[in-house]
Amino acid sequence: MANPDITPITMPKWGLSMQEGKVVQWLVSAGTAVNIGDQMLDIETEKIANTFEALESGLLRRQVAQAEEVLPVGALLGVFAPASVSDEAVDAFITEFQASYVPPPPEEGDTGPAYQWADVGNYKLRYSKVGDSGPAVILIHGFGGDLGNWLFTQEPLAAQAQVYALDLPGHGQSSKAITDASVPGLANIIIGFMAAISISRAHLVGHSLGGAIALQVAITVPARVESLTLLAPAGLGSEINASYLTGFINGESRRDMKPILQQLVASPDLITRQLIDDILKFKRTDGVPEALRAIASGFITNDRQTVNLRAQLGALVAPTTIIWGKADKIIPVAHAGDLPSKIKVALLDKVGHLSHMEASAQVNALLKDQVK
Amino acid sequence: MARKISFQQAINEALDQEMARDPTVILMGEDVVGGTGADGEMDAWGGVLGVTKGLYGKYGNRIMDTPISESAFVGAAIGAATCGMRPVCELMFIDFLGVCFDQIYNQAAKFRYMFGGKARTPVVIRTMIGAGFRAAAQHSQCLYPIFTHIPGLKVVIPSSPYDAKGLLIQAIRDDDPVIFCEHKALYTMEGEVPEESYTIPFGEAKVVREGSDVTIVALARMVNMAQKAAANLAKDGISCEIIDPRTTSPFDEETILESVENTGRLVIVDEATPRCGMAADISAMVAQKGFNFLNAPIEMVTPPHTPVPFAGSLEDLYIPSPARIEAAVRKCAEYA
Repeated sequence: MANPDITPITMPKWGLSMQEGKVVQWLVSAGTAVNIGDQMLDIETEKIANTFEALESGLLRRQVAQAEEVLPVGALLGVFAPASVSDEAVDAFITEFQASYVPPPPEEGDTGPAYQWADVGNYKLRYSKVGDSGPAVILIHGFGGDLGNWLFTQEPLAAQAQVYALDLPGHGQSSKAITDASVPGLANIIIGFMAAISISRAHLVGHSLGGAIALQVAITVPARVESLTLLAPAGLGSEINASYLTGFINGESRRDMKPILQQLVASPDLITRQLIDDILKFKRTDGVPEALRAIASGFITNDRQTVNLRAQLGALVAPTTIIWGKADKIIPVAHAGDLPSKIKVALLDKVGHLSHMEASAQVNALLKDQVK
Repeated sequence: MARKISFQQAINEALDQEMARDPTVILMGEDVVGGTGADGEMDAWGGVLGVTKGLYGKYGNRIMDTPISESAFVGAAIGAATCGMRPVCELMFIDFLGVCFDQIYNQAAKFRYMFGGKARTPVVIRTMIGAGFRAAAQHSQCLYPIFTHIPGLKVVIPSSPYDAKGLLIQAIRDDDPVIFCEHKALYTMEGEVPEESYTIPFGEAKVVREGSDVTIVALARMVNMAQKAAANLAKDGISCEIIDPRTTSPFDEETILESVENTGRLVIVDEATPRCGMAADISAMVAQKGFNFLNAPIEMVTPPHTPVPFAGSLEDLYIPSPARIEAAVRKCAEYA
């Protein structure tokens, strides 16, 4: 890769289990100047169909991968280079890349993704870790989610950090029976998790309920929190779309769940059949309905949030960023208003409650800034 | 969800977890303990194919070997179910149900109705189905349409380890009699199965593969055959949507109709013989309720209307193959 002006665009790794992806179609043509976060091409994996957004800005010189092609993670999709680079140099770069590119060996079917387990009190928590060096980052999902929600986040951050994502109790494959489902109770589990995996300080990233939990951790043990990034967090006001939570808990079929889950995002197409099926599978696990009810009642009563940590934001020592989609239909973006001036606020256009999935490039850029 | 286990292990795990969870769950059947039946027999066979192996050592007398007298032990299981137990009764081969049919279709299936809703019969009858084992005409049939025909019975036909575990747990917790059909050829199939207990509701079809040109409805082993056919057809640009109803009673009409509305073309693959079978039943339903969606005649891929042949070459021809499914899909896709 001799020419430093040429940047390869490669097949992303969305989630631990992704080994290859299918190029559905290009959304930008060769010769287009692309900005960071611009939609470049649609990619489909076994689990998810999503739009690949530019991780950096550049002039798209070549579309190497063609529509319908199935390529392994890391394979060349296209090439960025300024106009000053000759076509011959671009061709030479592509030839050299393809000659030296070795697809990752297919993982043994039996081993699957490398999940790990931590014992915290009576809980067995599932987590995954990506990245070998740099500061520790802990990703905390929201109500009804799991560590898989960070599939567009964990891998990109791993270039500069050791990125942990865990399943909260009652979620994913962690223990389902919960003794203390309050926000402080769940925050204590994160503190216990840090102890269990021997991390003294970490950057915390929390989404929705996970945001309130991360914030509570920073309030309880400020010395252990390097920075705080909260995505559409709970705990900053009393309004919440309680019918979403009730619907999520009580929905029994694809038909029930689809309109409920579509409230999560600005563009309803993101809610695929696979995603709905995965959530139904989760909800049908023994102990899950009880856990979800307990957790919901830990921060919501009579359709209002009961945990309000806003007054304590002023005393936070950790640098804090709050990211919110302007089209959030679950927790109003207004909760990002009127905050102490030291808190950085990023409001994203045309993004709903799942900014880390709907606008991953923008969110990752903000996270990379925060995690240094 | 990284752990992979076999279909057979998934069934064993479902039985194990439900027996641990609920002391009223008991197992009975021919050779479900196996071995000598002596107390503490740890290495008992656990059924002819070892599906219940290891459970006797854990649960002792809650697992009962029965005489080769289906009418007696199936009747006993049904009676026990009406008295507060949740028996899982194994009837080895579905082909043998003839000898205890009265207990099933005229007793168990009728209790809730004839006792005005006051009686519950939470019994599961596990039984093997399917051809391909050179086991001849009396041990190879797919008789689930006979049970689907009878109101009051629930009929479950899993096609993967994940579904086998979730559907069996659901069957054990269900308050009605359930006929649980296990295809012999699937026992060694491996797949991802969570360690925790979970359920899959009856009457919810699974979309095994999404596609836009032709809908294939398939059950049990035929789901795998259809997947092979669909993978081949995809190379020629024919996109198949595969739907596994998973239970034939109750039956999820909606998922099939929604798919046919989208594709306009339907192929049904069933290992049961064609007359009064699931293929005929499903095609009648779609012809009646989805007539306007259809752009081509419905294709049915089934065995011929004959007993399962013993000659290996003929048995291979008898079972619907990926090649036959492929041909039916092409015919359906090309119809203009």
